[in-house]
This record gives sequence, C-alpha cells and structure tokens, in this order.
Amino acid sequence: MENQSGWPDQLFDVLKGADIKQVGYVPDAGHARLIARCKADNDIRDIVLSTEEEGVALAAGAWLGGQRSALLMQSSGVGNCINMLSLIQACRFPFLTFITMRGEWAEFNPWQVSMSRATEPVLTAMGVKVYRVDKAEDVADTAQAAADLAFGGDLAVAVLLAQKMIGRKVWVK
Amino acid sequence: MLERRKAIATLMANRGKNMFVVPGLGSTTWDMASLGEKDSDFYLWGAMGGAAMIGLGLALAKPKLTVVVITGDGEMLMGLGSLATIGVQRPANLAVIVFDNQHYGETGMQASHTDQGVDLVGVARACGITHAFDVQDEGALKTLAGELGTLKQTLFARVRIAADEPARVLPSKDGVELKLRFRKAAAAAG
Repeated sequence: MENQSGWPDQLFDVLKGADIKQVGYVPDAGHARLIARCKADNDIRDIVLSTEEEGVALAAGAWLGGQRSALLMQSSGVGNCINMLSLIQACRFPFLTFITMRGEWAEFNPWQVSMSRATEPVLTAMGVKVYRVDKAEDVADTAQAAADLAFGGDLAVAVLLAQKMIGRKVWVK
Repeated sequence: MLERRKAIATLMANRGKNMFVVPGLGSTTWDMASLGEKDSDFYLWGAMGGAAMIGLGLALAKPKLTVVVITGDGEMLMGLGSLATIGVQRPANLAVIVFDNQHYGETGMQASHTDQGVDLVGVARACGITHAFDVQDEGALKTLAGELGTLKQTLFARVRIAADEPARVLPSKDGVELKLRFRKAAAAAG
C-alpha cells in the first residue's frame, strides 16, 4: 500500500479533529498507514481486536464513558458485526466506521467477493448510513461529513473506501 | 454450591459509588436487577458476546471508575476472543466476572462448554490476565468482593454457581433510556 496518495493522513486528521479517543481495528493492509498513525498518537488509544464485532461493543462502552471512537476494518469484517450492530440501534449509540473494500476491483481472491457484494446491503439493513468514497480527493470531506453525522446526529455511519482507490494488494506466494 | 442471587448480593454488598456494572444478556442482568434497578448498571437485553468489550471501552474511557462486567458462561463463550483483546489492554480498573452454572439458562438449561471441562480461568490466564481466580465458596466470594473495592489490575473471576432458575427480575429494556441514564451517572462519578 505504498501508493495511498495521502488519504490515510487526511483521514487521521479528521479523526483527531473529531476528538476520537479510541480506535478499534483488526489489522488490515488498506488501513495500515492510518493504524500506524493512531498507534503513534498519545491521545488515541489503539485497540487491536480479535474480531470486528468486538469493536462495535467497544464503541458502545467508550460512548457510555463519554469518549468518541472509530472502528477500522475491511469489508469481510462487516459480516462479523451484524448482530452486535443491534446494540447500536437499540440504544441509538453514535457509531463511526471506516471500511476498506475488498472483492470489487483487481481482486485476486474469490473468497472476498461475497462479503464485498453484501457489505452495503448488510450495513443498510442494520440501520447504518453508508457513504462511499471512490476518489482520494473526496476522502477528507466525506469522512468529516460521516463524523459530523455520527456524533451530531447520534447515528451509525460507515464510510466505504473503494478498492480501486486503495490500490492493488501486493501479494506474492 | 453458591446460589446466584446470594452470590450477586455478596459481591455488591459494599459497592462503592464509583463502581459501574455491565451485566451480560440473560440471567446476570436479572441478577443485577434483583438488587434494585440502578442508573450505574447497563443492563443488556441483547449483544450476546459483547459484555466484556463494552466493559473495556468504558474502563479505558473512565479510568477513575471501577468497571465490573458480570456475565454468564454462555455469554462469555460467545465473546471468548475479547479476553485476548482485554489481555492486550489490561486496564487496571476492569474486572470480568463469569457466573458459571455450566448451562444456557435462557434457552432451557442445555449444557455449555464449561460443563465439558472448558476452563475459563485458564483461558483468561493464557490471554495475559494473570490476576484470575476460580471462586467456589462463600469465603472466596467475599475475598473477591473485597478485591472489587480496591482494584489495582485487570481481574478475571469465574464464580461457580448452581444451575437454578430464580424468578426473573426485569429491568427497563429501553436501550436509549439505559444509555442516557448510565452515561449521565458515569459522567457525574468522574
């Protein structure tokens, strides 16, 4: 992910500007730069998760304690979150997640395709508002709009980051 | 063997004002409600497998509070990976207590994995939560209750309880109400 055109740094700036204090994540190549920035920041607690739904429950706990959080994952992780998102809906927790897409452009692994196709419908079905970003120059504005909507409107909001924008995964056997 | 309603009463007998409790979906939520519905308890009616992680997010956000997750063996088994996640973070103000009756009480008392020998204290220790205890009797339970009042490191305890089914005591199930009153109480407590 060498060619990320600076958007991960812009995304990091949005998280800082939105006063995000906890960032849950499952390690992900597309989010590698953003995760590294979060780990290096003394005011952000980075929480490595064993599965993505842990991050949904973590976000609820953080909010109960007065802190804003964000969840970083890839599209395959959305499937793991489905039932836990009922916690967000039932209690109307604000919830903000940034999702790197797999299985939609220059994908080498067919096992990524099903969940890629299901990502937006699944999120929508669970009451999560979905934004999608296809171009790097739109990342900052969309991320800011998502943060504003999540914490201003007490809503669950996901930003899908297109695989074409993230770039080909360099993977050799 | 310990009876669950007596055990919850013993654990909470000297509860301080800075203790906030996340009871897991099912019997432990009814157990906490049996002591009287409180703003400082975040009763779960769903989110099975999420209790410990809600506790972690809260404990990290509010280091001056003592956060106690009290859940059942089935709920803990569904979020077993969260013990690995907590083992990495290890906030000093978080206790995870599992009331283990070795059965799924809400669905007809089917046997759980712990009935077949799965050792939750062993799992917690292997995940790096070294302050982990197996509580089998009243004396050990009182020791645990005392520890909650002076928590200095992440604690895990498995409390072996009888597989009985006391009458359900139901708290509010309006999630927005539960969230708002708990968040307000947590903010006021520090």
